[in-house]
Amino acid sequence: MVAIIDYRAGNLTSVRLALEHLGVACAITQDPARILAAERVIFPGDGAAAEAMRNLRELALLDTLRTAVDRSTPFLGICLGTQVIFDYSEEDGGTPCAGLMPGTVRRFQPADPLCKIPQMGWNTMALKRPHPLFEGIEDESEFYFIHSYYPAPADPAHVMGETEYAEARFASAVGRGSLFATQFHPERSGRIGLRLLRNFTRWDGTC
Amino acid sequence: MLTKRIIPCLDVRNRKVTKGVRFQGNVDLGDPIEMAVAYSDGGCDELVFYDITASAEHRPIDIEMVRAVARVVHIPFAVGGGIRDLGDMRRALLAGAEKVSVNSLAVHNPQIIADGARVFGSQCIVLGMDPVWVGVSESFPSGYEVTTRGFRERTGMDALQWAKRAEALGVGEIVVNSVDADGTRAGFELNLTRLISTQVHIPVVASGGAGTPQHLVDVFQQGKADAAIVASMIHTGEYTIARIKAELARAGVPVRRKW
Repeated sequence: MVAIIDYRAGNLTSVRLALEHLGVACAITQDPARILAAERVIFPGDGAAAEAMRNLRELALLDTLRTAVDRSTPFLGICLGTQVIFDYSEEDGGTPCAGLMPGTVRRFQPADPLCKIPQMGWNTMALKRPHPLFEGIEDESEFYFIHSYYPAPADPAHVMGETEYAEARFASAVGRGSLFATQFHPERSGRIGLRLLRNFTRWDGTC
Repeated sequence: MLTKRIIPCLDVRNRKVTKGVRFQGNVDLGDPIEMAVAYSDGGCDELVFYDITASAEHRPIDIEMVRAVARVVHIPFAVGGGIRDLGDMRRALLAGAEKVSVNSLAVHNPQIIADGARVFGSQCIVLGMDPVWVGVSESFPSGYEVTTRGFRERTGMDALQWAKRAEALGVGEIVVNSVDADGTRAGFELNLTRLISTQVHIPVVASGGAGTPQHLVDVFQQGKADAAIVASMIHTGEYTIARIKAELARAGVPVRRKW
């Protein structure tokens, strides 16, 4: 069973529907016991970092996330879920985050006034190193993004894929042990996104 | 590089996709779910569904249709028509839509944009607007007036000022549908698209007038659109998404080529 963590951060329907399409049992839950009993954990989210962190504290889920990662449970962060696993985000005037991945989250600051923020739409990802979640996925495949901030891992070894936008080249996929996280939305990235999700549902958490 | 999005628009009436010219003389074209799957498999980047009779019939958007689409399509899609309040927004998003589009509702109650953005996030809230050329005047500095209800109702609002106000209220994206160009297949209204796209900082989707791949090249290169809506030119089978994208790529417009 895949636990989709519900911390009141956006709409989880599309993640659930994508897993159902793949024939994978899943549950949307806030319950730490159910999350820790799951074979795999998806940590999605849309919205802003400060409110996400507030909700995680209120729901007492920060320790749950850390425990899941410490136990090497295959863990997939998506979009805002990916951002809040870092140490710190520049969003909301600066927000300390969950600290599961060393690094920060920065705002796009293009010099070009015509560059639109957020990035909304399909962009390519250059694969930086092999990973079980990339099986069957070609270099420079396109994924669906919607975000104004981007991950900047402290350790370049954690960068799995890179994407360019707004004069920045940023980590669009990061990984460390059983933890993998994407800035894009695999559940909304068509056949190729579903392939990444399917790879996740078969991944044992090792690289 | 971020690619330019091609978005088929499915106007739905009685669970059938329909298409008219300047909002009139509609004919039925097919089943919305089947068409959504075909376009998604065919390489479109996003979809938009308008429940075009919901408002007139004073009923909410067809949620069962939204659910059915979300089960089979795994790319983003927006829904509009029959969104009356936050409750309707919530139901559409929970049914699996990525975004909800408001048009007349926002004209009559702009606060709905701010409320929707606060509750669901800006990325979910799309403003649709139907501007018509009225000539530059003191009341309409951009020369375009916002209309609602399929050009039946004038609002007295300047299109560019409305776009900027909606951006300030927190809308995540603006669909600019030219009343003058809608359904004509004679090309997008480039002037209008560029005017709005270069003066707001959020994505602008051009709508109305797509008839040939060159029209799309023009709306991206000259109109500075971030995305464009296509309808008749693909609904009739005259063009495929793949062919449109091949021609865009040839002209140097970045588009998604693998799906």
